[in-house]
Amino acid sequence: MVDFNPFTLENKTVLVTGASSGIGRSIAVACSKMGAKLIITGRNEQKLDDTLSLLHPNSHVKVICDLTDKNSVQLMVEGLPKLDGVVHCAGIGQRLLCRQLSEDNVDIVLGVNFKAPVLLQGELLKQKKINKACSIVFMASIASWVPSVGNAVYSASKAAIASYAKCLSLELAPRLIRVNCISPGMVWTDFIKYESILESQLKEDESKYPLKRYGTPEDIAYLAIYLLSDASSWMTGSNVKISGGEG
Amino acid sequence: MELEDFIQKFANQFDDTDASEIKADTKFHELGEWSSMLVLALIAMANIEYDVTLTGQDVKDAETVEDLFNLIKVKLE
Repeated sequence: MVDFNPFTLENKTVLVTGASSGIGRSIAVACSKMGAKLIITGRNEQKLDDTLSLLHPNSHVKVICDLTDKNSVQLMVEGLPKLDGVVHCAGIGQRLLCRQLSEDNVDIVLGVNFKAPVLLQGELLKQKKINKACSIVFMASIASWVPSVGNAVYSASKAAIASYAKCLSLELAPRLIRVNCISPGMVWTDFIKYESILESQLKEDESKYPLKRYGTPEDIAYLAIYLLSDASSWMTGSNVKISGGEG
Repeated sequence: MELEDFIQKFANQFDDTDASEIKADTKFHELGEWSSMLVLALIAMANIEYDVTLTGQDVKDAETVEDLFNLIKVKLE
């Protein structure tokens, strides 16, 4: 076998938000194994430490940060090195019928899933932390075009971030900075297990997926590796569906 | 938390079922309007009105309106 690895992340510094659990954690771990130096953020120190301990050793950095807090974000960005990759993974879900939605419900979900990554990305650019040819990845969802009961605001927030990402890709193209979205189908994480749906309902839904299973966090992490690596150099403005055929 | 008040809030989650049909011993899964959407509605109601987190399984396991009332009461303690 020849020594051939177009997906390597060696000599790349990658920021992953929402790295304390689920898909974000899995992406951080997979990227570290591909040689990247990670900067991981999350709100829960204990859980972030758990992620840190799972990373393949390198000079990784963890930053506790509430991304909905403007001052914390500004401070965090000031302390960051220049980045070759960013994965915006921090997200929140809720299941509420439209008739039950309060202003707070809308503000929280849009705040975490849309406003926070948009403002963080703006701050990273303002403070010139994004290297030329950097790859930026946003976590969207097939929910933005696959409706489900109780998921209205979540779906809208993911559609919003996907639209934002397309515009950003145009603005950053002159510097060869690439911007893409990942739109996963259902992935087995605590995120969906705590959604107050019956596990039996999830199992039934899972059986309707063409590939007969929900995703694993690793399924998504391997796509993130591709998008962060130079293998995807000609790819920007894309929203990649990864869903076992659903959607 | 009063049972009567709870029953009223419970009944309010239904659109086509008359409130008089819903009593403490009503087996709510047998109501014509019952659907999985009402599971979500009741989970949200428990959260908004009593700051209690119910799971889908909790709602499934409760047989009568009073069962659900009692469960929320236990979780409140």
